[in-house]
Amino acid sequence: MIPELGHFALILAFAVAIVQGTLPLIGASRGDARLMALGRTAALTQAFLVILSFGALVQCYVTSDFSVANVVANSHSAKPLLYKITGTWGNHEGSMMLWTLILALFGAAVAIFGQNLPDTLRSRVLAIQALIGVGFLAFILFTSNPFLRLSPAPADGNGLNPVLQDPGLAFHPPMLYLGYVGFSVTYAFAIAALLEGRVDVAWARWVRPWTLAAWCFLTLGIALGSWWSYYILGWGGFWFWDPVENASLMPWLAGTALLHSAIVVEKRDALKSWTVLLAILAFSLSLLGTFLVRSGVLTSVHAFAQDPARGMFILGFLIVVTGGGLALYAWRAPKLTPGGLFQPISREGALILNNLLLCTLAATVLLGTLYPLFLDLVTGEKVSVGPPFFNATFVPICAPLFAALCVGPFLGWKRTELWPALARLRIAFFAAIVAAIVAGVFVDGRATLAAIAFGFGVWLIGGSASEFIIRARKGRLRTMPRSTVGMSISHAALGVVVLGAVATASWNTELIRTMKLGESAPFGDYRATLVKVEPLQGPNYTSERATIAITRDGQPFTTLTPERRMFTLQQRQVSETSIQTNLLRDLYATLGEGDVQQGWVVRLYLNPLAPWIWLGAAMCALGGFVSLSDRRLRVGAPKRKAATLQAAQVSHS
Amino acid sequence: MSNRLLYTLPLLTLVIMAGFFGWSLMSGRDPASIGSVMVNRPAPALAAPALFEGGAPLGNDLLKTGKPVLLNFFASWCTPCLAEHPLMMRLKEREGVTIIGVAWKNKPEEARAWLAKLGNPFTAAGTDYDGKLSLDWGLSGVPETYLIDANGVVRLHYHAPITEKDLNDTILPMLKAGK
Repeated sequence: MIPELGHFALILAFAVAIVQGTLPLIGASRGDARLMALGRTAALTQAFLVILSFGALVQCYVTSDFSVANVVANSHSAKPLLYKITGTWGNHEGSMMLWTLILALFGAAVAIFGQNLPDTLRSRVLAIQALIGVGFLAFILFTSNPFLRLSPAPADGNGLNPVLQDPGLAFHPPMLYLGYVGFSVTYAFAIAALLEGRVDVAWARWVRPWTLAAWCFLTLGIALGSWWSYYILGWGGFWFWDPVENASLMPWLAGTALLHSAIVVEKRDALKSWTVLLAILAFSLSLLGTFLVRSGVLTSVHAFAQDPARGMFILGFLIVVTGGGLALYAWRAPKLTPGGLFQPISREGALILNNLLLCTLAATVLLGTLYPLFLDLVTGEKVSVGPPFFNATFVPICAPLFAALCVGPFLGWKRTELWPALARLRIAFFAAIVAAIVAGVFVDGRATLAAIAFGFGVWLIGGSASEFIIRARKGRLRTMPRSTVGMSISHAALGVVVLGAVATASWNTELIRTMKLGESAPFGDYRATLVKVEPLQGPNYTSERATIAITRDGQPFTTLTPERRMFTLQQRQVSETSIQTNLLRDLYATLGEGDVQQGWVVRLYLNPLAPWIWLGAAMCALGGFVSLSDRRLRVGAPKRKAATLQAAQVSHS
Repeated sequence: MSNRLLYTLPLLTLVIMAGFFGWSLMSGRDPASIGSVMVNRPAPALAAPALFEGGAPLGNDLLKTGKPVLLNFFASWCTPCLAEHPLMMRLKEREGVTIIGVAWKNKPEEARAWLAKLGNPFTAAGTDYDGKLSLDWGLSGVPETYLIDANGVVRLHYHAPITEKDLNDTILPMLKAGK
């Protein structure tokens, strides 16, 4: 009964989305207020129906209803409750349901909090949102229905991919989707603006909070994914330039560029068509990521059941959404009135440089991700593009970006002098030079590039702090807009990420060796001893857990207990790393295969500043949320709504 | 006019990319196939102790018989190897192909028992218990199969169990051409 209700609600949502995607558009072009008002009602109805449907699917998972094929394929009665729930979106069909749910929630949020928007703009935005929803609902209903029944029902399910049974990964997809789907709102605003033929200061102000919210969630989503790969894959690395990681990085880069270019539209009424293009691209790149993951054209760590028919559908959808958007752009954007001329040394000049570099980065990632595919198709040659390519291309482009990042906020709008800005940054500059020299001389004399990169990290933190302190000294701390505070936090956070990434990647110590019981080995300033390896029984796995004693100068320091879990059902092994952190470095251990006679393969890593990567990312998102709470973003909105908007956007997480 | 063209540039880029994606989906290519650096290079050293007691150890002379040779890495604990085994038997019995087998990270007595039970398709068999030989050959797991031509050059490298289709479409034609 419940699955049928869910299925039916989904069909109804599809019907409502069709109405929402058409009538308000007609209403907006005819100026019919009744048709336009329909958009709001339909958006709320659609959200209600999708919530109902998603709830039904979760219910099937929680009660382990094995008459539903999707539950059989992805769940098991012995699984802990948390993973039964998160298993709902740990598969292709369920993750599409999650995507649709978030899309519908964003639609409802626009309907509720967008009351201050002009009627035509709001109804067009809601209609575009609904049209995207129609595509996804059709995709689920016609190719990926999660409510299909199975008869006779098997006694138990096949279980969830063991690698996904992890708290870090349980919340990685929802965060990532909040980001991806959040950009659909930005996209809808861009299309609506092109339809209206008007992009102005007010538009930039309306679109900015949505971009910011999506960007914050995407930042968190990427960070969670990276954290997960750090502690579950057991290689001690945090970013692998895997196609799917790249797929999430591209919209993030485009979204970051959009955040900054929207400021230029808002302050200078310029850079309009570029900003609209970025808004279309940020969402298009999100869809591209979905296509790459689901269609099976590229291989990656994300093993979704891949199916060319689904691939074709998503490709068609990608072409309609992106192609439609870009065609409209090619037709209407030339009519957008261009703004005034820019001085190269000015705030807007710095923001253009930022956009140029961020887009170059996004293009680099795109090229590196798709090149193997193109080459294979054209010449049949197989290549793998990995870290060497990105280290040689992506990283150097970051250098001018980071160098300019601290200077930009010191520059005034329109016309300004460079030297006063640089003079204010002298302390940050010297701090960066000293840091680079210290890192180069004392930490590792051979890693010159790492030392320079470390200096850049200090420069980012120092520069952002200088900006903040200079403002605070002028006594403007209390009146300082939250968006400025948020900017300082996010910019400094980037420096924290850079320090963590550079230190972990360049100055880690690793020890990989076979150890027998009682054997010990020196490891950096520590000494590791394999004390014991014991069998354990988990709810749906058996495991082997090692106890590794770490001593320092002969004194007991800590104990690491890495595990190797064998999920009996899927016959898959998952390594459970053991990490001891003091926020300045991680002691990291994984257990490989072995037995009493041969000994066990043990990997130990000492990763300096590793936690900073994720702390920095979280801080980066925090800066975004602080900025989001700025009242100025909602000028024209009644003040009462200011607090609720933020609360609602946060509560989506 | 050129300005207009500039605004259509994003659309053109998309069309080209979408064309490639469509092509990729239609072509039925396997993105998991990683290719091999071994192909079209002289075979690396083939030195391994014999699997069967009293057998001759493996050496590169086995690859220079003037005929193409298959080299198959297997293990008794590997289920895909079991799936592939009947094809190996067919190659030997019906086609008279020379196949050299290497038991990879497999206790020799277990590998011998496995072959005794299922039949031994190998002209010569070696053991690579510690996996040293497999490093030279760029092995990523078992089963993997190499085709070495009459001149001792690696021509094919399969990273997966060979299938009926591989056999008929690729391996047999190449073996016949080499004869």
